[in-house]
Amino acid sequence: MATLKDFKGDQPTWCPGCGHFSVMASLQKAASEIGLEPHDMGVVSGIGCSGKISEYTRAYGFHTLHGRSLPIAQGAALGNKDVQIIASGGDGDGYGIGVGHFIHAVRRNVNMTYLVMDNNIYGLTKGQTSPTSQQGFITKSSPKGSVESPVHPLETALANGITFLAQGFSGDIKQLNEIVKAALQHKGFALVNVFSPCVTFNKVNTYDYYKENLVDVSTFTNYDKTDRMNAIKTIREKNGLVTGILFKEDKPTFTDLTKDFPEIAIAKQDLNLDSTILEKIEKQFQ
Amino acid sequence: MRNEIVWKVGGQQGEGIDSTGEIFALALARKGYYIASNKHFASRIKGGYTHYQIRVSTDPVYYHGDYTDILLALDQETIDNNVDVMSENSIILRDGNEESIEVKSRGTVITFPLTKMAEAIGGKIVRNMVSLGASAAFYGLNEDLFDSIIEDRFNKKGDEMVNMNKNAVRAGFAKATEYIDNKNISITPLMKPELETRRSLMIGNEAVGFGALAGGCRFLSAYPITPASEVMEWLKKELPAVGGTVVQAEDEIAGITMAIGAAYSGVRAMTSTSGPGLSLKTEALGLAGISETPIVIMNSQRGGPGTGLPTKFEQSDLNTMINAGHGEIARIVLAPSTVEEAFYMTAQAFNYAEQYQVPVIIAMDLSLSLFIQTVNKLDFNKITINRGKLLSDAEVEKNEERFFLRYGFSEDGISNRSIPGQKGGVHTANSNEHRESGHIDEDPVIRIKMMQKRLGKLAALKDPGFDVLGEKENDVLLVGFGSTIGVIQEAQKELEKSGLKVAHAHIKRLTPFDTSLTDYIVKSKNVFVIENNYTGQLRRLIQMECNTGKELVGINRYDGNPFTLKEILEQINGTLSKEGK
Ligand SMILES: Cc1ncc(C[n+]2csc(CCOP(=O)(O)OP(=O)(O)O)c2C)c(N)n1
Ligand code: SF4
Repeated sequence: MATLKDFKGDQPTWCPGCGHFSVMASLQKAASEIGLEPHDMGVVSGIGCSGKISEYTRAYGFHTLHGRSLPIAQGAALGNKDVQIIASGGDGDGYGIGVGHFIHAVRRNVNMTYLVMDNNIYGLTKGQTSPTSQQGFITKSSPKGSVESPVHPLETALANGITFLAQGFSGDIKQLNEIVKAALQHKGFALVNVFSPCVTFNKVNTYDYYKENLVDVSTFTNYDKTDRMNAIKTIREKNGLVTGILFKEDKPTFTDLTKDFPEIAIAKQDLNLDSTILEKIEKQFQ
Repeated sequence: MRNEIVWKVGGQQGEGIDSTGEIFALALARKGYYIASNKHFASRIKGGYTHYQIRVSTDPVYYHGDYTDILLALDQETIDNNVDVMSENSIILRDGNEESIEVKSRGTVITFPLTKMAEAIGGKIVRNMVSLGASAAFYGLNEDLFDSIIEDRFNKKGDEMVNMNKNAVRAGFAKATEYIDNKNISITPLMKPELETRRSLMIGNEAVGFGALAGGCRFLSAYPITPASEVMEWLKKELPAVGGTVVQAEDEIAGITMAIGAAYSGVRAMTSTSGPGLSLKTEALGLAGISETPIVIMNSQRGGPGTGLPTKFEQSDLNTMINAGHGEIARIVLAPSTVEEAFYMTAQAFNYAEQYQVPVIIAMDLSLSLFIQTVNKLDFNKITINRGKLLSDAEVEKNEERFFLRYGFSEDGISNRSIPGQKGGVHTANSNEHRESGHIDEDPVIRIKMMQKRLGKLAALKDPGFDVLGEKENDVLLVGFGSTIGVIQEAQKELEKSGLKVAHAHIKRLTPFDTSLTDYIVKSKNVFVIENNYTGQLRRLIQMECNTGKELVGINRYDGNPFTLKEILEQINGTLSKEGK
């Protein structure tokens, strides 16, 4: 059995105090707790400070392109359904440049986890406005305050049929760990959005800000996480500042619904075909 | 007797032109004739002039022909559009209630009540069958020519449908025979083919799909686009049975990146697209290059740029295919020239991709992708699967280090490869520059070694990059790539008839370029590079790669249509006579 230590990869270079440390730690801890081995796990990351997670986690990793972790992760998950695939990246990566893929990944419902480190800013490129930045947010790219209203990834996911949705906070590693564990164990596409403060560039959405404003849905009486409309309503009412498992539904996945999807993982198929199979296909053309 | 005919049906889109052409071609392929074809169509679904031209020959052909021998014209527009390609001996069969024959300088126009005849048998839907029956009679073929196809297509719908279609064919056949016998229409019957065998009839996109399947491809993700979609559609139907799958991606970027993800997981994976999609895929092409992930990309060229001419033929993506993407990567670009070659080359592309751990592009073009050709009996023994340095579970498990050296330095620059799930193989594949374990590393010494490794990998690729017919020393050397092979072959034959010594080199791999072509260029008096683009992309590539300093004459066409034999000959002869040679 692999221990937490087995999941430690390259030496992190994140700024001390960066929220991304907790996100990564919770993933590594969750993986070891549910009995995964590093070689049965694939971490596909985008580009950003957050994208470094595939460098710092010991597992099969793929540090890819800005905004493209999701299709690459889906390809890997479909290619070998026996491997636990986690896509990961920042808010810019997932909800800015990659937002098209995000919506389609939600509706495709491939069995995998998507871990977003949302710091409401572009970290790696040194502090520009991100798609989750609040209106009026001041950065070098919006010195007079950003004018666009922020994206609503949670509602977007729910509206497009997400089957597992959770939100965590780097300041609450215990809850985060539980959420990530549940996400890894979910059958289908699981989104975990984590408020992961950028201590260097974002002086608004700080640990203190989140501590003050976040509410945990498990403290609500009778929160029904199987009720999609209620989840949307709750998120709206709390302006997105809720944590915990917000929605979960058991539904057939992409591979379940693709009736002719191969039983044996595609990567394990024997590629040499009997020539009678090929001859039969050739006859179609005559 | 004649050894070939060029047959054409024309009308408005949505009038069954395609299926009429397909039935005609298949019937003759089943008798052992060779087929080359061409379609004219617009980017709309209903309406708009369209035609399907089919050349039938007792010898292999890869060009659809300059002239039309028989034209089935469903409307006046078809006749008007085709005046220039008809000749004295052509027959134009048109639909009309008043039967008539008019002998004109450009063919004999015969008017049959095709619709009326069809209605008498079962309805307008069999009108095309009536015209097919007439076509058979005009070329001395039998009235049962289409029977096996009618049975295959309509057996499920019952005997009545089968008989109705057969009767329609026979009615057309009888009517045409009556004209031949009583109205002095002279016909030249088509010779029997040497071998009466059923030949396969495929479009290039099906051949790419089939080649991929035979070559071990088990995953395709793509976004619909003309003229590439058939690869996805064909594989969607066929891949599951051999343990694979097809995903229609949300866009071309997802198309290539999903394929990269699948390839990373150890699956032979591909994407298929056309110019606009290729442009979107370029960043990911670089990712495949630096992460050394083997993938195959089929790009079927159409008229560019932007949306360009979506349903027209052009060969203007050459530069993009060999250069696209920022930074420098090793890639292989293969250029099939016939449908049959598209099958074998696609299968081989997957070996190249895995042996060299590079992206491989299959450079198709609209004509090659969409127009049916006969394909000789495929030799499946030629298909081998070589996965290069992809290690087995047992080999990977021997690694006791914390990280597997996925990008380990080696003599040939190609590293051992492990895939997710393999114990002992943990590493990070990377789009950032990295060290041997795959982790980010920007050390200049590592950078230099990694660049030399990646960009040096293809030095070992020594397979011939072009096919040549003819000697090195020539009066004329003709060079082309892709679907122009047929018309260039015929140009060579024509020029030889006038006493010139001619060779034809057809480029089959655009990069790495096979510079042994240099010898032919140096020793030929005149070199013509024939291609369908404005800027002479192949000509410039040859100038750069072969660097002979010799002038290469470009023959270019970029109006969206393929070359005719006549215009190629005119341009060559024009140049030769200007130079007084
Ligand atoms: C195609 C492309 N465009 C832009 C960039 C530059 N870039 C790198 S990371 C990044 C944004 C990072 O922000 P985010 O995704 O929120 O991650 P964080 O660094 O905050 O963790 C950008 C714009 C890039 N690498 N590729
Ligand atoms: S810049 Fe911000 S996001 Fe990036 S490592 Fe530093 S704190 Fe983290």
